[in-house]
Amino acid sequence: MEVFFQTLVAGVLKGGLYALIGIGMTLIMGVMGIINLAHGQMMMLAMYLTYVCFHFLGIDPYVTLLVSVPCLFLVGVGVQKYTLNPLLKIESLLPENQVLMTVGVGMVLTEVARFIFTSNYVSVKTSYSDATFFIGGISFSVALTIAFGFACALTAGMFWFLLKTDLGRSIRAVAQDAEAASLMGVNADRIRTITMGMGAGLVAAAGTLLLPIYYLFPDIGGPFTRKAFVITILGGLGSTVGAILGGVTLGLAEAFGATYIGMDYEDMMGLVIFILVLLFLPGGFKRLTKV
Amino acid sequence: MREHRIPLILLALLLVLPLVVTEPYFQHLMILVLLWVTIGTGWNLLAGYTGQVSFGAAAFFGVGAYTAGLLSHHLGLSAWWGMALGGAVAVLIAFPFGWIAFPLRGAYFALGSLALGEVMRQVATSWESLTEGMVGILIMQTFISKLPYYYIALALAVGSILLVQAVTRSKLGYYFVSIREDQDAAASIGINTTKYKMISLCMHAFLTGTAGALYMNYMGFIDPHVVFSLHDISIMAILVAIVGGVGTLYGPAVGALIMVALQEVFRSAGFGALQALTDAMGGGFMTVVTKYVSQAHVLAFGILVVVVIMNLPNGVVGDWARIKRAFRRG
Amino acid sequence: MAILELHGVCKNFGGLRAVDNVSFAVEEGEIFGLIGPNGSGKTTTFNLISHVFPVTCGKVMFKGQDITGLKTFQICALGVGRTFQVVKPLKRMTVLDNVIASAFLRHGSMKQARAQAEKWLDFCGLTPYAGHLARGLSIASRKRLEITRAMATEPTLLLLDETAAGLNPGELDEAIALILKIRKSGVTIVIVEHIMKVIMSISDRIHCINHGQTIAEGTPQEVARDSKVIEAYLGHGGGH
Repeated sequence: MEVFFQTLVAGVLKGGLYALIGIGMTLIMGVMGIINLAHGQMMMLAMYLTYVCFHFLGIDPYVTLLVSVPCLFLVGVGVQKYTLNPLLKIESLLPENQVLMTVGVGMVLTEVARFIFTSNYVSVKTSYSDATFFIGGISFSVALTIAFGFACALTAGMFWFLLKTDLGRSIRAVAQDAEAASLMGVNADRIRTITMGMGAGLVAAAGTLLLPIYYLFPDIGGPFTRKAFVITILGGLGSTVGAILGGVTLGLAEAFGATYIGMDYEDMMGLVIFILVLLFLPGGFKRLTKV
Repeated sequence: MREHRIPLILLALLLVLPLVVTEPYFQHLMILVLLWVTIGTGWNLLAGYTGQVSFGAAAFFGVGAYTAGLLSHHLGLSAWWGMALGGAVAVLIAFPFGWIAFPLRGAYFALGSLALGEVMRQVATSWESLTEGMVGILIMQTFISKLPYYYIALALAVGSILLVQAVTRSKLGYYFVSIREDQDAAASIGINTTKYKMISLCMHAFLTGTAGALYMNYMGFIDPHVVFSLHDISIMAILVAIVGGVGTLYGPAVGALIMVALQEVFRSAGFGALQALTDAMGGGFMTVVTKYVSQAHVLAFGILVVVVIMNLPNGVVGDWARIKRAFRRG
Repeated sequence: MAILELHGVCKNFGGLRAVDNVSFAVEEGEIFGLIGPNGSGKTTTFNLISHVFPVTCGKVMFKGQDITGLKTFQICALGVGRTFQVVKPLKRMTVLDNVIASAFLRHGSMKQARAQAEKWLDFCGLTPYAGHLARGLSIASRKRLEITRAMATEPTLLLLDETAAGLNPGELDEAIALILKIRKSGVTIVIVEHIMKVIMSISDRIHCINHGQTIAEGTPQEVARDSKVIEAYLGHGGGH
């Protein structure tokens, strides 16, 4: 029973970080109508930023949030502005050219990281990386718990932003109907750019928070892009609440998969979930919750 | 006959080419080009004509290759049986996949195909009793000369182009393009969109799987990372089609030539030119450059994706008029 | 015998009831008008007939056969053609190819399909544009292409969704002439239309809905005099 609760806790905590990754992806999905296949690669970039700050400047990863999030926001803005927005005006036979473009961007990011940092694994070992505390006989990783706290705060902030601010309302308007929003005077191009920036910023936060308890190499982006789309599909494309549920579900599934089936199958779990959702719950949690 | 003149002349040239160019290295490259013509043409049928972008070419390529390899490895049959069966087995994989993914519109198919490739790689890696896992499959090649492989690859490439040509001139082609242009409109004129997307997917799977089986026969060795590679197979298939020109008959053929050449330029560091330069200059800086260039083909492909989508959205064939104009002006 | 019958059809979008218990029967050979103010559920009703989305409750019958659960393409194959309010041309195909694609429903060979397509282009007056790409057409020609494409599936019932919207007076007359010509060829027509001049002049009977509910049905004269219809279109007159 203890193992069960231990796994449950680990899964939920990790799920909080996955929710951050998923919300970023689902925002982009909702507003642009595309899947961002460079999502994990953007996270990888944020992780390297965190690594550089820690290793060469001695900055604590949590402080680095103040660096990595704005930096990735700018990267997202740049990607949208200079590669994706222009495509809206290009007449092409190629279907899904924006999605293909994100693949290209992801490849470039990965390979640039490989040039600079080589393919070697690196990690950030802080004083709290391996620290744990116990509640009722169940151990909590300090770093993971802090990360979970940050993730909850960021998610709550995101909701407040989307529901209460003018910019947030504009984003939701474009997500519902870009054409109608444009007619109402919303600059859809600008909203797309900001949304991509925010999506990148959120996934950057997840990367920075994850690094103290994880490892890093240039190809780490691919698996996280896959996790991101599993979360998004699980939650229902474009649903923010769904992304949170999806993130926690994936976290739990991976944790239980690793505990009860075997460590090797952690990555497989996401793909299995993906197929199950397509088969039995197309539309994801959105279908159940209607939000 | 006029419209067939240039392709026929080209075909005649391709038939005599390996008899003139006897260098095995170039024959090898030509075989790779022809394999990619087949794979790119198959992808183009599904994505360029039917509008369904797939990131799963590797799934079908790998299944075809493993079909050939395993027939030989476990049953002691000739791996050439794989040429007959590889495509069929790939279709068997494609069928349930399309059946799940196609009724859902939007991003599901693209994401599903990406996941399919990963699942197949995981299966091939973990199911060691069947596939030997990471060790891979090694078989004896039938021929020492490259010529037989060349002509088989040529037949396959020509066959795939003829198939697409026949399709585009039939009801099937009209239905595919209608689906690409507007699924609602297609359904409203009586097209069973799921069924025809499925047919397109199965043709893609068949061509790619057959190419995979030929690859097994030709190379004699496969492992999960080679044949189920996202970058080197699935993305390469996409690049071949988009560089050449999606939705055009000969686009993938042109794309295959460009992409294989480009890949080789990087892999061999400018066909050894950089190495020669390094030797001449006595190492140091140039050694570093050579090392980076030979590692940079994925980076180059990434940049190529970005540049082609932005500047040549219809590929070399589709945008030929524009390319010509640009040069004349310059 | 009624060619198309709706029995208590309704549709919910989330909590919103877009179509509420609508029933009507269209007789063979007539032009049946469906009218109502903006957002009253006319296009939704069309989409329920051709199963763009499923009904929440109720039944749709075509020639006495229940077609409620059939898919769009099956309904088309049975002989129900339709056009879209927001036109959906197959943009990067020529006008002729658009029509060939739909002629393939009844004619398997390329040669036959092409001959049929040319026949329908001529019937609808689009022959001069045969070689043009569909995306380059004017709005009037696009609307006409929608009709041509629907006709090439050789329907016995044609659903026309606002084919006259956005046309100038001259084009409007041509559109009316085409609709009458189609009816004369033996096709039953259900038409959703905003422009009263069109609907009043060509319909045999009119069915009026508001807020998804039926408020009147009858000849154009009867409907035009109906107090509920007048109220729905003009709003409440002061005396309450």
